Amino acid sequence: MPVTLIDADGHPVPETGRALPDEATLRRALASLITARRLNDQAYALVRQGRLAVYPSSHGQEACQVVAAQVLADGDWLFPTYRDTVAVVERGVDPVEALTLLKGDWHCGWDPYEHRVAPHATPLATQLPHAVGVAHAARLRGEPTVVMALCGDGGTSEGDFHEALNFAAVLRAPVVFLIQNNEYAISVPLARQTAAPSLAHKGVGYGIPGERVDGNDAAALLSVLGEAVERARAGGGPQLVEAHTYRMQAHTNADDATRYRADADVEAWVARDPIARLSAYLRVDETAYREQAERVAEHVRDGLNRDVEPDPAQLFAHVYATETPQLREQAAQLTDELDRSLDDEGALR
Amino acid sequence: MTHEKLSMAQALNRALRDAMTDDPSVVVFGEDVGPLGGVFRVTDGLTAQFGEDRCFDTPLAESGIVGVAVGMAMNGLRPVVEMQFDAFAYPAFEQIVSHVAKMRNRTRGRVALPMVIRIPYAGGIGGVEHHCDSSEAYYAHTPGLHVVTPSTPTDAYALLRESIASPDPVVFLEPKKLYWSKEEVELGTRPPAIGRAVVRREGTDATLIAYGPSVPIALEAAEVADREGRSLQVVDLRSIVPFDDETVCAAVRSTGRAVVVAEAAGFASVSSEIVARVTERCFHSLAAPIRRVTGFDIPYPPPKYEHLHLPGVDRVLDAVDDLQWEDS
Repeated sequence: MPVTLIDADGHPVPETGRALPDEATLRRALASLITARRLNDQAYALVRQGRLAVYPSSHGQEACQVVAAQVLADGDWLFPTYRDTVAVVERGVDPVEALTLLKGDWHCGWDPYEHRVAPHATPLATQLPHAVGVAHAARLRGEPTVVMALCGDGGTSEGDFHEALNFAAVLRAPVVFLIQNNEYAISVPLARQTAAPSLAHKGVGYGIPGERVDGNDAAALLSVLGEAVERARAGGGPQLVEAHTYRMQAHTNADDATRYRADADVEAWVARDPIARLSAYLRVDETAYREQAERVAEHVRDGLNRDVEPDPAQLFAHVYATETPQLREQAAQLTDELDRSLDDEGALR
Repeated sequence: MTHEKLSMAQALNRALRDAMTDDPSVVVFGEDVGPLGGVFRVTDGLTAQFGEDRCFDTPLAESGIVGVAVGMAMNGLRPVVEMQFDAFAYPAFEQIVSHVAKMRNRTRGRVALPMVIRIPYAGGIGGVEHHCDSSEAYYAHTPGLHVVTPSTPTDAYALLRESIASPDPVVFLEPKKLYWSKEEVELGTRPPAIGRAVVRREGTDATLIAYGPSVPIALEAAEVADREGRSLQVVDLRSIVPFDDETVCAAVRSTGRAVVVAEAAGFASVSSEIVARVTERCFHSLAAPIRRVTGFDIPYPPPKYEHLHLPGVDRVLDAVDDLQWEDS
């Protein structure tokens, strides 16, 4: 059974053998959850307005993402997938920079070293070996870094998932692998993804502990992920955590979820919402946290409504440390082409 | 400056050893590279000298090896990884193409990946299937990678040192059949940088353009041609990416005729790229269309057939004969 500390109605679960996180920690999580939900819904709306090309929403999964970032120390690293924009923002990245990829202004919008957040990985599970490499390098350099590597249920079928867990185990790399099992890989349900009793079971094959946690219970996530991070930091090696959650919206705006799942299934998860249960437990009025959420939403709207003129030189500037002669030629060719397309007044011909 | 007679494998070993001595951030890993010293012994003795943190065996998983190297390069180290054989590097292809090659670009220059992927490649050693591929075109086609291949022990040493010091990822292709070729190696010289081709042999009648395992074939063909009264110049690319248009084109202009020699299948290959580039730039200097001598467009053949497949001296000289000589 997954670890649950606060049930769907907001009541503490008795005799879990785990202490509930203190109230200040839970309030901090709730504040971020409310902002995260607002960010998800704002981004979703901005796609409809044509300001974002696409948005893979994590509506319903915010507890996993917020807590994954909150349990890390400043010197730790986060390796997100394309659905983990909320985790990226919780780590401190400006939400406008976090949405650059989906806006189309560049690929990665932030400096990965500033907050120690790797670029969004859009190919599945390929970021996991990178996470192991960062962790192993840190260990060789004598740094107490822990790496939080995020992955979805579909990603666990990829070869890189297997190779990363195996490498991490053999190298005893300080990595926490968090699988957000949201039950669907685009349209394919978990039953068609694996015959394993659970995704956490996969840890057995690599000799690393696997734990299941209620992915909509921020308190349980704080406890389980916090423990895994400290265990890794203390030299205990990697750990696999499967958080059971649900993707409340379609894969992206371009997807039609009604083709593969029933509305009733989605409805059942509304009652398990991560925000409602935490605010019920804390008996707080969510409106107290809305101001911050609205500020973030406004910042996102402003940032995404601002058009950034593409700079053609950027195309060639970052392929190599020093441009090759061939790229210099091609850059000059493009510049010439653009110059010729402007008339004497500088307007596009 | 020291002079020593070294094989290419020994020169590569010396390059790794010297790089690890000079720079504590250089780490070497891969399959069997530890106590065994690699199947070609290129990493021989490194674990003993530098310890298991600096040179270590990994699980048998090429994508994992390259992916872990990406993370280590992101976090302050300079990984040098070995793919055991050309065709065994294909599981790492996604990591190489989607991450190694693109990280600098994706992050607008904020994340550089100073890493080297060493790949023993090409044939001519009687290897069974999946051990003899000439895979350079896959890497050369991918923007963001440097692709380098030495043809001499001296260059093997120099190019590997330079690749390890490079701020960009380098796919370092080691011609297997030249691992045991020996020469007096001058360590500590400053040979031409990555991206520069060299003229290995001066000649006036036609230019042979070759790289890696095909350079000795081209040199031998030039030697035979010389006895038959034809003076052939030989250019060794050394670096496929960046490509040295300047040196190659100057050479071709000086003779007016050219043959490209490469082991890889000719279709959609590095050799076709060379012909296209040189023709675009030197058309008016050419007395004849550029010819190519390449492997056939077939899967690499079994050991008992490889002599039929590989470009040899006679095939090169036949191509030279076809260069529309005025006296023929």
